[in-house]
Amino acid sequence: MVEMMYREALRRALDEEMQRDPLVFLMGETIAERGGSYKVTEGLWQKYGSRRVIDTPIAEASFTGMAVGAALVGCRPVVEILFVDFAMLVMDQIVNQAAKIEFISGGQGKVPMVLRTQGGAGNGLAAQHSQSLEALFYHIPGLKLVMPATPADACGLLKSAIRDDDPVIFIEHKLLYMTRGPVPEEEFLIPLGKAEIKRPGRDATLITYSHMTLKCLEAAAFLEKEGIRVEVIDLRTLAPLDTETLLDSVRRTGRAVVVHEACKRGGVGGDIAAMLMEQAYDDLDGPVLRIAGRNTPIPYNLKIERACVPSVEEIVAGVLSIL
Amino acid sequence: MALTPPAGDPAPIAEPILLGIYRNIYATRRFELTCIELYRQGHIRGYLHPYLGEEAVAAGACAALRPDDYIVSTHRGHGHCISKGADLSLMMAEITGKATGYCRGRGGSMHISSKQVNNLGANGIVGGGIPIAAGAAMGIMVRQTDQVVVAFFSDGASNNGVFAESLNMAGIFRLPVIFMLENNHYAVSTPIECATGCCDLAGRGPAYGVPGICVDGNDAVAVYHETLRAAGRARRGEGPTLIEAKTFRHGGHHVNDPGLYMDPQALAEWKARDPLTLMKQVIADPSKTRIIETEVESELEAAVAFALRSPEPDVAEFIAGIPEH
Ligand SMILES: Cc1ncc(C[n+]2csc(CCOP(=O)(O)OP(=O)(O)O)c2C)c(N)n1
Ligand SMILES: [Mg+2]
Repeated sequence: MVEMMYREALRRALDEEMQRDPLVFLMGETIAERGGSYKVTEGLWQKYGSRRVIDTPIAEASFTGMAVGAALVGCRPVVEILFVDFAMLVMDQIVNQAAKIEFISGGQGKVPMVLRTQGGAGNGLAAQHSQSLEALFYHIPGLKLVMPATPADACGLLKSAIRDDDPVIFIEHKLLYMTRGPVPEEEFLIPLGKAEIKRPGRDATLITYSHMTLKCLEAAAFLEKEGIRVEVIDLRTLAPLDTETLLDSVRRTGRAVVVHEACKRGGVGGDIAAMLMEQAYDDLDGPVLRIAGRNTPIPYNLKIERACVPSVEEIVAGVLSIL
Repeated sequence: MALTPPAGDPAPIAEPILLGIYRNIYATRRFELTCIELYRQGHIRGYLHPYLGEEAVAAGACAALRPDDYIVSTHRGHGHCISKGADLSLMMAEITGKATGYCRGRGGSMHISSKQVNNLGANGIVGGGIPIAAGAAMGIMVRQTDQVVVAFFSDGASNNGVFAESLNMAGIFRLPVIFMLENNHYAVSTPIECATGCCDLAGRGPAYGVPGICVDGNDAVAVYHETLRAAGRARRGEGPTLIEAKTFRHGGHHVNDPGLYMDPQALAEWKARDPLTLMKQVIADPSKTRIIETEVESELEAAVAFALRSPEPDVAEFIAGIPEH
């Protein structure tokens, strides 16, 4: 194992895949010489040149559409959209084009592209740079959706996403780029569609993903001191959803809490709760709880920004409320 | 359609207008420098994109507008807001995230807006304001008033699809909108030559049937004249104008960007043509500019004091306003 930052792990995945497959190329704003806003692509332009690390104008809808086109003719483009908020500008190309082409062409066309982007609150960037919009992609058949929480997952999942033949939306979290963690030294892949039990437990299951995984682990460590053993499952891939791992855990613990930063209304948590209710009703000792972001745009001021996103205390209180 | 020919000798400008332009350039300069200081002290968080070096565009353009005209602004929006007549205290309170700010501390620097002065808002989405400006102009058409709208945006935004679509529609409907393209030659670190195959940005207007004019954006008087002319056309129902105002940032893209990628020679040349100095020369009477400077300094001091002593938004009250489901 080697220690590395989340952003370094992402860079390693891009580098290894570009090295392995000359059809992998990158496109985005200031990703080339400057290495991207969050420094994920640093050094890759120097190594692979302007043909494979391409700086674009501020033209998200069209360069994402160009990735769809390049994927259709056999390339494996990885597009970077600076903020998931700006991914709203590319929804036609993602939702109506990338997600549909394989289906409407009867399997003739494939769109093996990755859209890397970044979301979440916490840096005072206000309403148009802090959103958690994964539910919009989760809703669309034809898309895969990955949201890693640790450097190792970021690396292994991004490599799998690039090799996958479907369009993959890969959402990073702005508060994770500088976090560190162990990553295997040798090359490795993590399959899409597999959740991971990040901490085993028997009293309740916390189901989460992305940055909230860190908060859930903190909450679980706190509860352990009170003698409560909570299982923490990091989904890692939201679509396809690893229902098997979730159901297996809930059958053992009998209690489940879904935690995410995105607004509660219409969030992924509601869908997971409904799935558990439908498929594990007899194993549940109580209703599935959702702890999620408040149903509001994210404000600029620090105090009220903080109030929008679930805290460790809220997660602890939520678990206690259902035991 | 050919590019509109130069305006010829415009009529002289009344002194109060010139002094007003100087006031806004000076106020913006000092406001931005103060914000940078407050940012370093931790009173401002998030993104802060200074308008340093570009002050003459907003000051010149807004001087040609009436109070009931509208503007639409950008992430680099303090200068637009100040020049449209906004209150420095309410602006500073917003930028420091206070409940007393224009947007109750919810918007911050990148989202500042003021209904009081018809600033429809800064924007965190590059290009996001351009169709909104065209839409406000459509609203004016429907309401049948003779107001105009100025859409501020920069070169980077002009490469986004919304620019082409909005220009085209403004042309069709002869909307009373002025597209003020602040060409500061960079989008973050990307020089305009690397972002388009045709750097004649004013020339994009005629392609959509919209007159395109190129003006020295560091010359506030020139910007004023062109805006006044475009506003006159718009008020008479003669439709939109694209004005490309060439200018240059005095620093990086935002407060934490040293801007090392900027061409040092170009930067030196543009700094030598500092809009503040140029406007001071136009007025040519140090006693008059000094009075303005003193007034601005005390206004700014009061604004900082107001912002720092103002309360933050109340968390419980904020939460109470959010629907549980
Ligand atoms: C749709 C969108 N894409 C990207 C960004 C990130 N971004 C913020 S400012 C900026 C550069 C904008 O350049 P320009 O339009 O020239 O404005 P300037 O900063 O020069 O005033 C970029 C790329 C954004 N805010 N919105
Ligand atoms: Mg620019």
